[in-house]
Amino acid sequence: MNSRNLILVLVGIAALIAAPLGQGNYVIYVLCSWLIFSIAAMGLNLTLGYAGQVSLAQAAFMGIGAYTTALLTMAGVHWIFAAPAAMVLCFVIGLVLGYPALRVQHHFLAFVTLAFSTLTFLVLRNEEWLTGGSLGLVGIMRPKFLGFDTMPQLHFYYFTLAVFVLVALLFWGLVHSPWGRAFKALRENPIRANSLGVDIRRMTLLAFAIGSALGGLAGALAAPLVQFIDPPAFSLMHSLKILLMVVVGGSGYFFGPILGAGLVIVMPEFLRFTEGYYLMIYAAMVLVLMIVCPTGLIGLGRKFASQFKGRSVRGDLKEGAKL
Amino acid sequence: MTAHVRNAADAGASVLSVRNISKAFGGIKAVDDVSFDVNSGEILGLIGPNGSGKSTLFNCILGQLKPDQGEVRVNGQSVAGKRACDLNKLGVGRTFQMLQVFPQMTVLENIILAGQEHQGTMFTRLFGPSDAGLTEEAAKLIDFFRLGHLRDELAGSLSYGQQKLLDAAMAFMAGPSLVLLDEPAGGVNLTMLENLKERLVAFNRERGSTFVVIEHNMDFVMSLCTRILVLAGGRIIAEGTPAEIRSNPEVIEAYLGG
Ligand SMILES: Nc1ncnc2c1ncn2[C@@H]1O[C@H](COP(=O)(O)OP(=O)(O)OP(=O)(O)O)[C@@H](O)[C@H]1O
Ligand SMILES: [Mg+2]
Repeated sequence: MNSRNLILVLVGIAALIAAPLGQGNYVIYVLCSWLIFSIAAMGLNLTLGYAGQVSLAQAAFMGIGAYTTALLTMAGVHWIFAAPAAMVLCFVIGLVLGYPALRVQHHFLAFVTLAFSTLTFLVLRNEEWLTGGSLGLVGIMRPKFLGFDTMPQLHFYYFTLAVFVLVALLFWGLVHSPWGRAFKALRENPIRANSLGVDIRRMTLLAFAIGSALGGLAGALAAPLVQFIDPPAFSLMHSLKILLMVVVGGSGYFFGPILGAGLVIVMPEFLRFTEGYYLMIYAAMVLVLMIVCPTGLIGLGRKFASQFKGRSVRGDLKEGAKL
Repeated sequence: MTAHVRNAADAGASVLSVRNISKAFGGIKAVDDVSFDVNSGEILGLIGPNGSGKSTLFNCILGQLKPDQGEVRVNGQSVAGKRACDLNKLGVGRTFQMLQVFPQMTVLENIILAGQEHQGTMFTRLFGPSDAGLTEEAAKLIDFFRLGHLRDELAGSLSYGQQKLLDAAMAFMAGPSLVLLDEPAGGVNLTMLENLKERLVAFNRERGSTFVVIEHNMDFVMSLCTRILVLAGGRIIAEGTPAEIRSNPEVIEAYLGG
């Protein structure tokens, strides 16, 4: 990261710290949702954007994470242990879900993950003894950390922000490590990557497992935020919503899903004044964006930036001009 | 880059031994009971008309395809059941007939990727430096292939011939003792071709790397290789020095008839 980007990131964090000040409970709730969905979308961005594996099950992993955290914390386990347990569970299930990806790709893989999403929904709804069925789980407590009680909305926001910043830093490190390069290679040309020593089987499974674990963490934050969870909150529609966040923001770019989550969550709030029309306006905006710039908002930004700077000239053409 | 270099005392020993390999696609016998050896330090040419089974043979040797029968040994070790990535770890590099680079990564990243899986462990590749400590070595290799001025360009923005050179360069990054090249000269212009030949010869001399090269460009094969195998209809129909192959009537027949 160069120093200009570092300053931008610090300004961003400062803005996130200042954002909820003086705001009502609802606005703070929307901000929390944004951060939580950003974590889920970051996870899907690893699976889809970096490693190129389609998944329509990210909300299902949020659900598994949320229910695990809810059940454990309601049984008296502290969040600090419940959340990692939820992540480990999602990691393992993600690993298993990754196996079909070793055999099928693209829309076939989409169908497999779609089936998993439906399966998760049915288990959450039908296994009443564990999940409370369609009534869901009520009365999930927000955690306390050494006297810092996250019960007040503002406190919960700062707790979520701290987790978000930590995850974003670790994620940055991951996608810029040799693992990140291997994930990208998997996306661009798995056969060539394999011939260069990249264990594509292992990297495919890891892309699913890590992405799913982040979905689980998002769920572990969502449960205490709303303090009430039921199956529809983690249905296929929400998986599609997370997919939309990744694609609209810019899949395969670090900041893409964060921006995308912001747009998908905050935009409906802005458009509320249009009442019944907001979904239509919203859908039209997404359509236009995808047509103008299939690489999402980040891609659009880059397009403008390169036009502003003047078209970048290829190195050898520059050389040629010197001759 | 020295990881797999064999010492001079091994010269002449069999690096790759192929025994009775066959592969059929439906009714077509693409490779039909092929056996041969590749000696350490040699540059072996593999020629034959289109569809004679050359690429299929490579893919059977390198774990990309499962042969119907036969055995392949690398440095005396059977490779049955080994995947392409395992073979690469054993010191076997390759290129494909179709151009295969990572278009959305820079030239430097392409080359680093080609070496990183040979550095450290999964753990150090996650927590260690982002370039796996390879930037300097990668830059050297890029310069060696005369792509230095394109180092930070996206591979997809390079010309076809430049990508072809990059593709070949990637096969060398991990310091393989054996490299299988499938039509490295296709689409590369004359000056670049001379450059590529020079690079290959230099690797062969300096590092003792062994090559098997599939190529249709006869001048390139004849001037580069020390020994040539001719494949036709999935079978080896001739073997010999470039001069012997040039004057072999069966070979001429196969090319004219095929
Ligand atoms: N995946 C495949 N499925 C079916 N048939 C195949 C497949 N791959 C190769 N073949 C057939 O096997 C035969 C040998 O093909 P191969 O690609 O090995 O030839 P080649 O010698 O490399 O030819 P060229 O010089 O044109 O590259 C051809 O008849 C081809 O049609
Ligand atoms: Mg071929």
